[in-house]
Amino acid sequence: MKSVLGDKRAIALLLGPALLVYTAVMLIPMLWSLGYTFFTGNVLKGFTFVGLSNFERLFTDPNVGPAIIFTLKYALIVTIGQIVLGYLMALLYQFFLKGSSSFIRTLVFFPVVLPTVAVSLLFQKLFEYAPQNGLVNSVLNLMGIGSIDWLGDPKYAFVVLAIMDIWRAMGFYGVLLFTGFLDIPDDVMEAARLDGASGWKLVRHVVFPLSLPVLISSAIFSINGTLKVFDSVYALTGGGPGSATTPLTLLMYRKAFAGGNYGYGSTIALLLTIMCLVVTVVIYRTNSSNSKEEAS
Amino acid sequence: MSHHTIRRLAVIGSAVSVALVLSACSGSGSSSSAAATDFTFLTINENTTIAAVLTSLSENECSAENAALPLKITKQAQGTLDQQLQLLGGQNALPPAFVSGNSADLTKELFEAGKIVDFAGTDVADSIVPLAASGIKALYGDNTMVLPTELNIEGVWYNKSLLKEAGVTVPDSWDSLVSAFATLSAAGVQPISAAGKGGDGWGVTRWVGAYIFRDIGPDAMTAISNGDATLTDAEYVKAADAVASLGKAGYFGKSVSSIDYATAMNTFLTGKAAFYYQGSWALADFNNEDENKIGTDNIGFIPFPNVAGGKGSADQTPTNIGTDIAFSKSAYDGDSRVRDWASCIAKNYGNVALRDFGQITGFTVTGDVKVAELTQLIQEQIAATETSVGWFESLFNTDAVTTSQNNGGPLGAGNLSGSDFMNTVQAALAG
Repeated sequence: MKSVLGDKRAIALLLGPALLVYTAVMLIPMLWSLGYTFFTGNVLKGFTFVGLSNFERLFTDPNVGPAIIFTLKYALIVTIGQIVLGYLMALLYQFFLKGSSSFIRTLVFFPVVLPTVAVSLLFQKLFEYAPQNGLVNSVLNLMGIGSIDWLGDPKYAFVVLAIMDIWRAMGFYGVLLFTGFLDIPDDVMEAARLDGASGWKLVRHVVFPLSLPVLISSAIFSINGTLKVFDSVYALTGGGPGSATTPLTLLMYRKAFAGGNYGYGSTIALLLTIMCLVVTVVIYRTNSSNSKEEAS
Repeated sequence: MSHHTIRRLAVIGSAVSVALVLSACSGSGSSSSAAATDFTFLTINENTTIAAVLTSLSENECSAENAALPLKITKQAQGTLDQQLQLLGGQNALPPAFVSGNSADLTKELFEAGKIVDFAGTDVADSIVPLAASGIKALYGDNTMVLPTELNIEGVWYNKSLLKEAGVTVPDSWDSLVSAFATLSAAGVQPISAAGKGGDGWGVTRWVGAYIFRDIGPDAMTAISNGDATLTDAEYVKAADAVASLGKAGYFGKSVSSIDYATAMNTFLTGKAAFYYQGSWALADFNNEDENKIGTDNIGFIPFPNVAGGKGSADQTPTNIGTDIAFSKSAYDGDSRVRDWASCIAKNYGNVALRDFGQITGFTVTGDVKVAELTQLIQEQIAATETSVGWFESLFNTDAVTTSQNNGGPLGAGNLSGSDFMNTVQAALAG
């Protein structure tokens, strides 16, 4: 084995095809898109070199600020929701349901396998206000509360979006974190119990620190997914009402494909890439300094 | 395994993966090639007439063309039509014929890129009536890039019995229109039906445009497109504010930003709203007994009324060729069966649309076609039109069209002020 992996040609053979595909479908388009940031136009019109004007526009475009704020707000709230509820789910599976959790796990995981568009249509109908009330407003009315224009009012549209995306993904994070718990050695748990740790104390001092690596991975997964949210917003609110629920991804898509300006769209994409990179590095750094402290 | 074998395998492996990637990139953009097996027509969900007329043609007048190249209709939401056409155009994969983009700019771009046909000088163009030809010229310049499957005027339709029950006389000025809304609203009747969901928001922005034409004059939107004025100028903002105040008063009904085109049409045709700004393409729906529950006799039409002190007047009618269709140049030039289809459509579409759907088109009508009374009224209005104006977005670029339509809903729901609306659209226009 050592002789095979020590051979550069063998490494090239093993990695080559995958690397080539990766280069062709990821790296080249990414660099291509980076190049577009200095141009304006599209495949129909052709491209014109415009220097840094796409970047200047990024600072003057009144849509960019609200889109950044929406993206961050959404990413923060939905990530916290997904991870916290996922963690609680995992605790539930591990400590309360124990051996019989597989049925519940399957049920909670179910939304993950549903197509986003189907889930969005379901939520549109659930939260419908006009022309007729959906289930949620009907229930509110039964309780004597007036109907709410869930998807027509910017602040409520955000709430529905957050509820939908938390509901959709918490089953996934529940299972992911649960597998992290399975890695905690039984003897450690047993020892902690013998030392009198139980309930909250056990979770706080034993389970939490030992499941931290999985938790961090989940957080990176989740925040990168939510920063790049597209399908659920597009299908549920279409970025509306107006542009109230438009994240950077949708703005990029609109400018590039609906507005026919690939250059400006690519500039927004670059901004998003930098945001994702910064957030990931911050989480990663925080985590590695934490583990160093614990190790010392 | 010898080094040679490894190297050979590596080379073969790389070649295979590159080939796979390249073949994946090239796609199958051959739908417009000469070897097409069907006459694919891309239409929009919101317009049911074009698909129905084409289907009827394929079974009757154009059955020979259909036998040679069978009609296949595909559909797309109007809100995403522009990006679909851009992508297909960029990949040389436009279907032989399709509904042209929401933005005239896009059609011109496709034309300049050599993607769509110029019908000028062909037998197809001979079937276009002069008023429609001038409508095409107004939007697209001297080239006949589209075929006018509609010839419309726009204005305010009203439900006669709802007005009568509320004791409202037919308004003849903006002020009397607004006071009619107030009376109807007080009587528990939804004054206006309008669509405002996502890309259907033009249901609201049409009100803004119509107000601008009456208040500032028929050249108001040309001034914007020439750069002589901006939408953020006080007189333009005034129009958006006038519409926003209708929204605040709730005259557009419950949450107009949740209402799509079909729902708005249904609201009016089931007698749940008194007024409805719409183009006369809606005659196809009005004349359809399954949809129209209030009866054609019960529907009246007024041009958008005068605004006090305004420079425009109610006889300046928004006239347009509405949803028109274009043909892919490569399919048209490369396949005589597609050309046969185009000729057959040009010759027969006008008759079939008018006879079966009461739809007025920009094609010549041969022989006597009996039409419903409402259609006849609109035919007379079209014939009497002297000055024609566009609509709010008619001269906008693609980005501004999308932005304006998407923000129409919140404006009509009273969630967006007139100046915020105009600022947003102006920014897209400038970009």
